[in-house]
Amino acid sequence: MANVIIDGIKASVPDGSTILQAANQVGVRIPTLCYHPDQSIKANCRVCVCEVEGNRLLQAACAIPVFDGMVIKTRSPKVIEARKTILELILANHPQDCLNCIRNGNCELQELAEEYCIRENPFEYKVRGFAKDFSTPSLFRDPDKCVLCRRCIEACSVIQSVNALGLQNRGHHSMVVPTMGGNLIDSPCVMCGQCIHACPVGAIGEVEGINDFLAAVADPDKIVVTQIAPAVRLAISEEIGMETGAMSMETFVTGLRQVGFDHVLHTNFTADLTILEEGNELLKRVKEGGTLPMFTSCSPGWINFCETFYPDLLDNLSTCKSPQQMFGSLVKTYWAEKMGVDPSRIYSVSIMPCVAKKFEASRPEMNASGYRDVDLVLTTREVGRLFRMSGLDFSKLPGSNFDSWMGAYTGAAVIFGASGGVMEAALRTVYEVVTGNTLEDVNFTGIRGFDGIKEAEVDLNGLVVKVAIAHSLSNARKLMDQVRAGESPYHFIEIMACPGGCIGGGGQPITKRNAKRIERIDAIYLEDEGLPIRKSHENPEVKQIYEDFLQEPLGHKSHELLHTHYHDKHKTVL
Amino acid sequence: MAEEMRIVLRNYGKVDPLNIDTYLAQGGYKGLEKARSMGTADLIADVKKANLRGRGGAGFNCGMKWSFAASAQADQKYVICNADEGEPGTYKDRLIMENDPQTLIEGMAICAYAIGATKGFIYLRGEYPFLVDTLNTAIAQAKDKGLLKDFDLEVRSGAGAYVCGEETALIESIEGKRGEPRFKPPFPPNIGLWGKPTIVNNVETFANVPVIVEKGGDWYAAIGDKAYPGTKVFTLTGDVNNRTFFEVPTNLTIRQLIYDFGGGIRDGKKFKAVQIGGTSGGFIPESLLDTCIAFDSMSAIGATLGSGATFVMDETRDIVDIITRIAGFFEHESCGKCAPCREGTARVAELMEKINEGHGSAKDTTLLNKLGTVMSYSCLCGLGQAAPAPVLTTIKHFEADYAAKFK
Repeated sequence: MANVIIDGIKASVPDGSTILQAANQVGVRIPTLCYHPDQSIKANCRVCVCEVEGNRLLQAACAIPVFDGMVIKTRSPKVIEARKTILELILANHPQDCLNCIRNGNCELQELAEEYCIRENPFEYKVRGFAKDFSTPSLFRDPDKCVLCRRCIEACSVIQSVNALGLQNRGHHSMVVPTMGGNLIDSPCVMCGQCIHACPVGAIGEVEGINDFLAAVADPDKIVVTQIAPAVRLAISEEIGMETGAMSMETFVTGLRQVGFDHVLHTNFTADLTILEEGNELLKRVKEGGTLPMFTSCSPGWINFCETFYPDLLDNLSTCKSPQQMFGSLVKTYWAEKMGVDPSRIYSVSIMPCVAKKFEASRPEMNASGYRDVDLVLTTREVGRLFRMSGLDFSKLPGSNFDSWMGAYTGAAVIFGASGGVMEAALRTVYEVVTGNTLEDVNFTGIRGFDGIKEAEVDLNGLVVKVAIAHSLSNARKLMDQVRAGESPYHFIEIMACPGGCIGGGGQPITKRNAKRIERIDAIYLEDEGLPIRKSHENPEVKQIYEDFLQEPLGHKSHELLHTHYHDKHKTVL
Repeated sequence: MAEEMRIVLRNYGKVDPLNIDTYLAQGGYKGLEKARSMGTADLIADVKKANLRGRGGAGFNCGMKWSFAASAQADQKYVICNADEGEPGTYKDRLIMENDPQTLIEGMAICAYAIGATKGFIYLRGEYPFLVDTLNTAIAQAKDKGLLKDFDLEVRSGAGAYVCGEETALIESIEGKRGEPRFKPPFPPNIGLWGKPTIVNNVETFANVPVIVEKGGDWYAAIGDKAYPGTKVFTLTGDVNNRTFFEVPTNLTIRQLIYDFGGGIRDGKKFKAVQIGGTSGGFIPESLLDTCIAFDSMSAIGATLGSGATFVMDETRDIVDIITRIAGFFEHESCGKCAPCREGTARVAELMEKINEGHGSAKDTTLLNKLGTVMSYSCLCGLGQAAPAPVLTTIKHFEADYAAKFK
């Protein structure tokens, strides 16, 4: 332990603590901008500088370890003047369009400007004048707003191992740019959106679809139908100032009707359906000697990653479309038929924790229904904005139920939102299909949690199935390299592009630390436990669709509507 | 009249840089031989006793630095020579490498022995491509003679970035990354090149080492200034009669440099200012010329000893215009990693241009003062911390020159 004095407060803190950690321990908050609790220390913004007795230089609290006897001043006049000046310097070339910014009200720089009472900036206001990059359907970049903290670069290169972002030029010409020269679309970007969470300001954001949605609602000819992804409900409450998971599903459904959706259905329905299709695909591959290990295909950021970095392993990918796209092709065929509506009038909107889903919906092959299967993807954040726009008080809103035919779901579908959830859901079904026995304990707790790579073995009456799960693409890369080298011991691998799975998706409420992701994971298993049916094959509406429409898993109609193929998107440096 | 004392330049003009035998004939490699006969602890203690302080700019006790790396446990340690001599007006390291490369190699080999390193790099300024062959030849000859034993030495050229003279930016550059400084601690003697204990010393520092080892720490500690003993090489430029270089004990005054060695101001003009240590050195007025050149006395007047570059300006020089150019230099050379340097150097340049073009006012110098002061203690590395010194010292000592340009 080291004895330190922080602003006159004596404290004993663990050896190796930084000034920032020590100050937090005694209740002194030091402002930060480039600091990120789950990333490496950068010490480049210098906003956290403090005075240390005996040192002329101010010290970056995020980076400097304490020593025994250290006397620290976190708010001396010298410190305050330095912080204010640094903020003025950063703000002098930062676009002052907070009112129009996608991060208005949720911006670390805006908060600092407010805290430090930045009024008249003595430095001349000069915006750098870079072009915005709207080249992808998922993410945009606004380089003028970039404060060069480099958190996005670390998210992309270290957490995701994608390396789509890098630095260019020097000094005040420095800028974060897509690698390989051009726009983001020309880079290896997989559109996972983890850079959005990393960005403290509005330099990267989702391509917003709110106006398209409002236009569809205003069009009397359109029947606006939505599907909600498994990871959305528990996070949407964060967007309206409630605790994680606090909004009930019934209230959420009412809220969606209130903002203009004509019919509210659930992606969980197609998540259960995915288990039937994918589980049977796995068994077929195992029995008939197909390509193994089989990879899950629910996560569009992961699909982009596989197509870009492992095009030689595309045959390992399950041919199942993601639940979003299965839903999209069914809502304009099966559901339209059941409801007796003209599919051309259906405007299909999905609500997703994901920005890569926006790209996935725009894939040219995703039109099995004869129309574009999913017309619009809204992220959790965008629905949060719609909710705030609506003026609804969710504490007083009565609940309501999903519409029929594609709204029923099981606990197995709910856990799709957490890393390991697809695998667990598949095992719950595959076990019973193969063994014919009832699975007494449906909880495969060994494959839950935030570990980067998890693995398990399941004995299906003598058939031992080895499975592995990875979340974050740097972890996926480890499993893929093993497969590429022919050394993978697994039959089935679940990959989710984002840390923690979809609960940590690029479209979720801005997530500043992994602790929040873990909180959401806990909420998801709580929801699963509370449901009466927890195995996908027991979903009554799934049984119904096979009886009335699809006939059997992997059947002719399934192939037409629920399965897809992949493309080599390997990019080479020219 | 002060006199020269040559330690690092002792072989200047006496050896053929491409022939190691001429170096050996002057007693070369006796220091290394003696070092190897001593235990590493005694060797480091003697270098510590010499109180040799880094000749690159930070002035840290060399033996102390070595002792940190020596006591660090690691499977690999490195010795790096900082030969990224980027200060405008400085060419002392070039003089050593061009004329007597073996003295540098010997100094590095002694350091490698002292700390237990088997690999070294000479990080050579990108603008010195003509020295690559000289150094490689010298290294090959020392290896052929078996003098280096298990110590392998390699020349790496920089690409022209001024910031790569900062030791951690230099390390990043050798690692193949953007030349940008790391925050400290950890310091390179603990975690340096590729995460291993690393000693980075300047060319001039290493060149002192063979002589110190040979003649002993006590001998060296008695030369020049007590707190910053030994000699220092100066390169004199600007409005002096003798634009030359010389090596002198560290207890001389600035006035002696300019008048005894420089022969005074050219064309009978009056002295106006002198900048010592490189582009980030403070500007020194007439009233402070009797200051001792040693590291600490220079720091006390807001100036630096730094590289020993001594740039003299006569009464006709436009101080504000010179500072504007210097501000442009730092705007160009800032690496862009930390906010106060990245944005600050650009704003200093912008404000200086405004004043220099006759559009400024006292408000601008007030802002420059605040900005420069904040930069001096908030920036991540020495570049940003030192960059405002010319501005701050001229606003202090040559205020009238600024006022004369106000609108």
